[in-house]
Amino acid sequence: MIVELGHYALVLALAVSLIGTALPLWGVKTNDAALMRMAPSASLVLFGLVALSYAALTKAYLDSDFSVLNVIENSHSAKPLMYRISGVWSNHEGSMLLWVLILALFSGLLAWFGRGMPQRLFAAVLAVQSSITAAFVLFLLVASNPFTRVAPAPMEGRGLNPLLQDPGLAIHPPLLYVGYVGCSVAFSFAIGALITGRIDAAWARFVRPWTLVAWCFLTLGIAMGSYWAYYELGWGGWWFWDPVENASLMPWLVATALIHSTVVMEKRDALKVWTILLSILTFSLSLVGTFLVRSGVLTSVHAFAVDPERGLFILGILILFIGGSLTLFAWRAPLLKQGGIFAPVSREGALVLNNLFLAAATAAVFIGTLYPLALEALTGAKISVGAPFFDATFLPLMLPLAFILPFGQALAWKRGDLLGVSQRLATALGLSILITIIIYAATWGGPVLAPLGIGLGFWLIFGSIADIGLRAKGHGVALSVALRRAVGLPLSIWGSTLAHMGVGVSMIGVACTAWGVEKIVEMKPGETVQVGRFDVKLEGAGLRNGPDYRENFARFIVIDGGRVVGALEPGKRIFTGRTMPTSEAALLTRGLGQVYASVGDVNPQGQIAARLYWKPWVLFIWIGAVIMALGGFLSVLDRRARIAAAVKARLPRAVPAE
Amino acid sequence: MGRLLAAVLFTLIAAAPALAVRPDEMLKDPQQEQRARALSAELRCLVCQNQSIDDSDAELARDLRLIVRERIKAGDNDRQIITYLVDRYGEFVLLKPRFGWHTLILWAGPFAILLIGGVVVWRQARVKRVAVADAPLSPEEQAALKRALGERDITKM
Repeated sequence: MIVELGHYALVLALAVSLIGTALPLWGVKTNDAALMRMAPSASLVLFGLVALSYAALTKAYLDSDFSVLNVIENSHSAKPLMYRISGVWSNHEGSMLLWVLILALFSGLLAWFGRGMPQRLFAAVLAVQSSITAAFVLFLLVASNPFTRVAPAPMEGRGLNPLLQDPGLAIHPPLLYVGYVGCSVAFSFAIGALITGRIDAAWARFVRPWTLVAWCFLTLGIAMGSYWAYYELGWGGWWFWDPVENASLMPWLVATALIHSTVVMEKRDALKVWTILLSILTFSLSLVGTFLVRSGVLTSVHAFAVDPERGLFILGILILFIGGSLTLFAWRAPLLKQGGIFAPVSREGALVLNNLFLAAATAAVFIGTLYPLALEALTGAKISVGAPFFDATFLPLMLPLAFILPFGQALAWKRGDLLGVSQRLATALGLSILITIIIYAATWGGPVLAPLGIGLGFWLIFGSIADIGLRAKGHGVALSVALRRAVGLPLSIWGSTLAHMGVGVSMIGVACTAWGVEKIVEMKPGETVQVGRFDVKLEGAGLRNGPDYRENFARFIVIDGGRVVGALEPGKRIFTGRTMPTSEAALLTRGLGQVYASVGDVNPQGQIAARLYWKPWVLFIWIGAVIMALGGFLSVLDRRARIAAAVKARLPRAVPAE
Repeated sequence: MGRLLAAVLFTLIAAAPALAVRPDEMLKDPQQEQRARALSAELRCLVCQNQSIDDSDAELARDLRLIVRERIKAGDNDRQIITYLVDRYGEFVLLKPRFGWHTLILWAGPFAILLIGGVVVWRQARVKRVAVADAPLSPEEQAALKRALGERDITKM
């Protein structure tokens, strides 16, 4: 019954989303305020319906209702509570429903918080949001219905894909989806601006917090996914340039460009058309990401939903929204009033450079991901594009960007003084170079590029600190005054500083992987292997039972300087209802580095094959990402970014249109 | 105790997939082994999804790893080994495709975008700067500016 209720709510949601698309848009066209006012109500009702539908599916999982096909295929009565809740989005249908839920949530939030916006823009934006919701609800109902019943119902479900039974599943997809779907808001704003024909600094101010929120979640989602792959896949890498990873990286890169270009637009009224294009591209790439993952068009380690028919449906949605929006862009963008003049050496000039490099880097990822498909389709030639290609193209595009970043941050708007900025950043640059030299000297004969990477990371960190310092200090001001001023700086400045420091921290973490130690060994119980500064001793092996799996595990103890500092118990799990074992790596964190172990076969001599790693400072990679996201959230909290505040400050009570 | 556990383990996990590079495959000479690992990271496991033979558990990946190590032992250099493998398995085996007409867009595309974008921005900035310099304020604008600045003589600022 509850399942049918959820199904029905979804059908109703389709109707409401169609109404929420058509009537407000008609209102915008005919300047009918009553029709335009329907948009927020429709969006709120839509959210309520989708939430009801989602709750119904979750209830089916909680009750282990095996008359529902989706529950049979992805759940098991022995499954712990956490994996029943997260099991909802472990599969294609459920994750698409989560996607729609988040989309409806964003529309609802927009309907709630955006009331101070100009009426025409507000109605148009919400209508575009509703149209996206309509397309995906239709997709759910027609091609991926999660509420399909089965009669007779089996006694037991098939269980969750073992790779997905992990706390990572509970966190990674929702974070990533909030990021992907959050990009829809910028898209809707762009289409709204193209429809209403008006775009100005206030538009940038409205759209910026939404883009920032999406960007923060995308950052966290990607970092979480990377950490999950790192400890789950069992070979110790943290980024594989897998097509599905690339699918999440592309919107992130463009969204990064977008949050920078909206700053230029807000401050200097420039880059309007470019910002509109970026807004469209960000969400388009999110859709492409959804398509790549959901259609199975690219073979990758993530391809757990392979179904070309659904792929065709999503491809249709893709063509409709991307093609439609770009057509609208080509038609309407030239009509937008272009503004803004800038000198090349200025803050806005640096931000343009930032956008240029990010666009080129996105192109590298995009072409690298899709070129093999295109080439095979056109000529039949099969080539592979993997990590070595991306290392050779993506990095050369990102490293110069990192190098110029602190300069850009310190330059003034309109007309910057590069020489003066260089002088002010001399200490930061000098310190970074000094650190690089010291690392070279200390690790002579070791990695060649890694010390440079660390130096660059420190340059970003020191550059950001210097920027805050210079803003607070001024000429001959006492330290206490400077501190007070630093605290009083706008949150958006602290936010961008923090985010840029995060980039530096991640970069240091990545560079430090060069000093990682890897040992591939076969060990007998009682044997000890040296891994970096640690001695890792195999104590023994055993068999144990989890809630819904059996695990063969090996027990290692880790000795640091003659003292036992911890134990590692990597293993292989066989889940109930599945036959393929999954490997379970074990981690021991020491400081910011980790000892990492995974085990494989036992050979006829009774030795266990093991991979043991010492990864110094590896946690910096993800800590940096978290710092970036924190910076983004700080910026969102900035008074000036809040729509209500902006409206009070800027708009002296807009006259109603009627 | 250890023997018993090992025996238990052997019967239980012998069927499980192996770890990628196994110790028995590795070359004695650490320098040669390092070369083999570096080469393996650039070669695709043909039956896998986006995995290098260095990362893959598949049997075929193991065969390729062994071939790479045999060629190294036979004294081939890296280029010869790559050619050897491409001759047998096609360019599909390379994770970093060769530069050529068929991969021109792939390799040059991103940098071309950077270049073209750079030229466009540079030209735009130049055109606009000239335009600014050539457009002095109109008398009305002068007057408006004067009012805004509180009747101060703007020529002295």
